[in-house]
Amino acid sequence: MDTRKEKFPYGIPGHNLSEVEREIPVEEPPVWPINDKLKVIGKRVTRIDALEKVTGKAIYTSDIKLPGMLYAKILRSNVPHATISSIDISKAKSLPGVHAIHLIENTPKEGEENSTGKYPMVKYVGQPLAGVAAESLEIAKEAVSLIKVNYEKKPFVIDLEAAMELNAPIVFDAPITKQQDGGDVGETHDGSKGEGNVRGPSTSSFFGGPRGNLEEGFKEADVVVERTYRTQVHTHMPLETHGVVVDWNADVMTVYASTQNTAAVRNEMASVFNLPKSKVRVICEFMGGGFGAKHSAGSFGPMAANLAKKTGRPIWLMLDRQEEHLAEGNRPNSIQYLKIGAKKDGTLTGIQQRSHGTAGVGLGAGVGRIAQILYTCPNFATEQYDVLTNAGPGAAWRAPGNVQGAFGLEQAIDEIAEKLNLDPLSYRDHIDTSEVRKVERQRGAELFGWSRRKPAGSSKGIVKKGLGVGQSTWPRFVSLDSSVEIKIHKGGGVEIRSSVQDIGTGTKTILAQVVAEELGLQVKDIKVNIGDTFFPVGPGSGGSVVTGSITPPTRNAAFEAKTALLKLVAKKWETDSSELVMADGQVNHKTNTDLKMSFKEATKLMRTSQISKIASRSDDYGGFQQPWGLAYGDLGSVQFAEVSVNTDTGFVKVDRVVAAHSCGRPLNIGQLESQINGGVIQGVSYALYENRVMDNSTGHMMNANVDQYKVPFSMEIPEIETVIVEEYSGRSSTDAYGIGEPANIATAAAIANAVYNAIGVRLYEIPITPSSILKALSKVS
Amino acid sequence: MNKFSWYEAKSVEDALEQVNSTLSDELYEPTQKASVFKSGGIDVFDWVKEGLLKPQKIINIRNIPGLDQISYDRKEGLHIGSNVTLAEIASNPEIKSQYLALHQAVNHAATPQLRNVSTLGGNIAQRNRCWYFRSADHDCFRKGGDRCFARHSETGENENHAILDNGTCVSVHASSIATALMAFNASVVIANAEGKQKTVQMDDFFVSAGEDIAMENILQAKEIITEIILPPPSKNTKSAYIKQVARESYDWSLADVAVVMEVSGNTCKSASIVLGAAAPVPYRSVEAQQAIESKTINSDNATAAAKAAMTKARPLSKNDYKVPLFVSTIKQTILEIA
Ligand SMILES: Cc1cc2nc3c(=O)[nH]c(=O)nc-3n(C[C@H](O)[C@H](O)[C@H](O)COP(=O)(O)OP(=O)(O)OC[C@H]3O[C@@H](n4cnc5c(N)ncnc54)[C@H](O)[C@@H]3O)c2cc1C
Repeated sequence: MDTRKEKFPYGIPGHNLSEVEREIPVEEPPVWPINDKLKVIGKRVTRIDALEKVTGKAIYTSDIKLPGMLYAKILRSNVPHATISSIDISKAKSLPGVHAIHLIENTPKEGEENSTGKYPMVKYVGQPLAGVAAESLEIAKEAVSLIKVNYEKKPFVIDLEAAMELNAPIVFDAPITKQQDGGDVGETHDGSKGEGNVRGPSTSSFFGGPRGNLEEGFKEADVVVERTYRTQVHTHMPLETHGVVVDWNADVMTVYASTQNTAAVRNEMASVFNLPKSKVRVICEFMGGGFGAKHSAGSFGPMAANLAKKTGRPIWLMLDRQEEHLAEGNRPNSIQYLKIGAKKDGTLTGIQQRSHGTAGVGLGAGVGRIAQILYTCPNFATEQYDVLTNAGPGAAWRAPGNVQGAFGLEQAIDEIAEKLNLDPLSYRDHIDTSEVRKVERQRGAELFGWSRRKPAGSSKGIVKKGLGVGQSTWPRFVSLDSSVEIKIHKGGGVEIRSSVQDIGTGTKTILAQVVAEELGLQVKDIKVNIGDTFFPVGPGSGGSVVTGSITPPTRNAAFEAKTALLKLVAKKWETDSSELVMADGQVNHKTNTDLKMSFKEATKLMRTSQISKIASRSDDYGGFQQPWGLAYGDLGSVQFAEVSVNTDTGFVKVDRVVAAHSCGRPLNIGQLESQINGGVIQGVSYALYENRVMDNSTGHMMNANVDQYKVPFSMEIPEIETVIVEEYSGRSSTDAYGIGEPANIATAAAIANAVYNAIGVRLYEIPITPSSILKALSKVS
Repeated sequence: MNKFSWYEAKSVEDALEQVNSTLSDELYEPTQKASVFKSGGIDVFDWVKEGLLKPQKIINIRNIPGLDQISYDRKEGLHIGSNVTLAEIASNPEIKSQYLALHQAVNHAATPQLRNVSTLGGNIAQRNRCWYFRSADHDCFRKGGDRCFARHSETGENENHAILDNGTCVSVHASSIATALMAFNASVVIANAEGKQKTVQMDDFFVSAGEDIAMENILQAKEIITEIILPPPSKNTKSAYIKQVARESYDWSLADVAVVMEVSGNTCKSASIVLGAAAPVPYRSVEAQQAIESKTINSDNATAAAKAAMTKARPLSKNDYKVPLFVSTIKQTILEIA
């Protein structure tokens, strides 16, 4: 590979900005200066599809209507654990308007549990059993209610601690390997170790295994904090439910999907139906949220395709809210034991973590790497266990594991600070080596007014005020499966194509910005066609990888296309293309001001109807920390929360949150703020409101709706202010990273620390409710 | 949702001729042949969507002429037709000035969208929101089943449930507006198929679970609410209402309190104190009333009355927080009067 050397901006403007030299592939574009000197990048650019969305013109999966289309509904188990002896579909079949019924049957594999019996074992309430395709959704629903399932019920277990008992009903009596969808890489174990319902532990991550010697570490400690924290099961509640419309004709299976990962859905459908990937087309033009739960085709994807096959008609299959809650993912709960030791001067000497959590019938209930890496402590060990229960499978949920882990760790760090008589913020200055978080602490504290913070429990009156802080880290992941095609059409018109989807974060807009910046055009000049697997492959929207993965090849392809176009202009002007620049919709000569031409005119010089360039994500400049795409650096954040606690009624209100974040080079300030707002709101909700309520005697979820499953509305949402710290590291042609997950990690911890500051009593469990506050204050037993 | 026929009732008599059941009867012992009233339809269709109510006929009483009037007269008091929407009550200036607690209760019920559709008759006749009662998979006492799932001391999910009068059913009544109506000593006018009318005090309109597990009110199949009457306030009548909710934006009550008092200066002459979300039906706290009557309205006396109201409280496994919550809320509501 031919390379050249360039100097990149490095560090944080206004703090320590300098330069770093990188060796980069020759064909890649020259370095971008910091955002101040750019025209479109780093600005507040309105979302390109904002109008379509707010006027209702945007077409989401459930809006797709195709000629001859049938509607499908899934029959789900209403018992938590059973074998199915028979299913009677006779009544449903004869209902007028019903076209097909598909039963999910065992496809026995040798040595696997359930290899006997016609139907899979029922393991949770809401497990899909069959699907009906009918002329209307109403008929499909009625048909589902007419299917009679005969169950042989088995004992079941729902509660995490009950499931950990050795004599608990066994959920799986064989090893399982079902990782949660889009589960957090590096947390996993293969599910084969363990006793009863307890599997694991996982003791390492891609950041390594245990370090040092814990026993020695705790011996050196002058203060020790030892606590157990508990977090609840949190379902995803995207406004748009899961679902697909499958149109399967002789040539191609087209799947309109509400998905975070068009490529993964394509791969799954191709594999289930034994089709070449080239014959499956997955399209997701607009997406109504996923938060980690929409990485796969689920069981509804294959169900719709099976019904399409049986009927020869397109199938519409969208889930309802109850199905979402029961079967389409959740953030596992946790019980986390944490022991932290520190010397008198604050130096950490040991961190020990042991966690149990349940992702229902799935694996992946670890609590992340945050205790492992947020602070450099020489002695560290973790044991993270999965506990199987008769409940719907977990799924990745915005920073899987880390949100649970931060709730414990960041409270324990506060307790250490208090024992050492140190301000929790300056204590973090002492133990946190991250330069970017240092700046976030400074700038955030100033905006927030941290200096107003009073000693814990000193607030007077019935309604007590408290201030708290929490920190987080999230890796910079890069997906090398990130390709983009840029087309310049003769006579004007620029097009971006990739299978990458915009799940609502604003991916379309930042891609247009990158190309507009590179070609000296405006965002409105760029047409973004993404979310279609017939285009070059793009990454899944998970792990906050999208921006860092897809914007560099987008810029690179645009640069290549530009170079090709400039060569034509250079030929006409009898000069060298390196003498030409594109800016403000024009091609200009750097020195000869007489030589200029509009972009449109330039494209007329093309000999063929289009210039098309495809680029793929290359390795980071300077390489990766882990070869599969773990980049250097982190996406650090510091969040501050201000709360009011009514000590008579127990109600907690989050009044204000200041969220200080970094994500490399920020691309679009408005969209960044939106992402951070969303993350904070979900964090508030996690801390105070949302909670899956399950009845342990029936195995049913009692609040599988939007009324009793409490998400916050406008009045629950605090004032949110953001601090965005630009941080350059010269790792790619855009040097940009994502923000989705980091925005959600620290909030609950900051709120819990603020509640402690208000009332002087610590809560180790979320959600924090009137009941838990009044208990903490000993107003009820 | 099952298929049903739709009947547009033209008059009270017409409606009474068509109707053959109540939601309560049909939920307790489903016949699937029921013809039931629908006013705003919010509650009726919630049950239909859950698959728990499969009516044969829906009788739309929403458009019956004459049931949608509000009238106020200093001698006659306040008459609210059963089809008046909550939004209309909330925006009525006389109700705001003369019956403040009712205004506040209505303003804090449900959401603006729901208030535009919900009617007062439907509101007081709606069924409770216990999530077991509302679940097709839990056959509880109120649906003719053999159990109360919520009461179970280990597995009952009863954080929102009753702390008073919870010996038979532990649900709490869904109408937070009834709390205020009862505090104002409102009465309900009910017409029957024989062309007769009766006027029933709010206290007698609701039926305790111990009396009849199938019912939350006295309405029989061939009866219709035509209006709700509130006696005229005196110039010494003062009222206040507070509702506690998990979410301020909109939520069902965890504890709500209405206080209507006759005052003389800062002294309570007589008090009407009603608690919502405390018991299976709106709960008049005679203890609190007695404790505050002929006392100065101050923090100590208000606290004493609030505590008196809770002497009979018997919390369940997960709702003991409601006791201090009520103590605080009763006290605050009384102090709002001062
Ligand atoms: C999300 C949500 C939140 C809510 N929050 C609150 C709250 O905080 N506080 C509160 O008080 N309410 C609340 N409600 C209730 C709501 O405001 C309505 O009052 C209630 O659902 C019923 O009103 P409706 O007119 O739609 O009645 P309908 O659904 O039409 O009828 C309800 C019942 O009354 C019967 N009925 C109706 N009219 C008559 C009549 N004239 N004579 C005899 N029987 C009659 C019907 O047959 C049916 O059994 C909430 C509802 C929802 C869905």
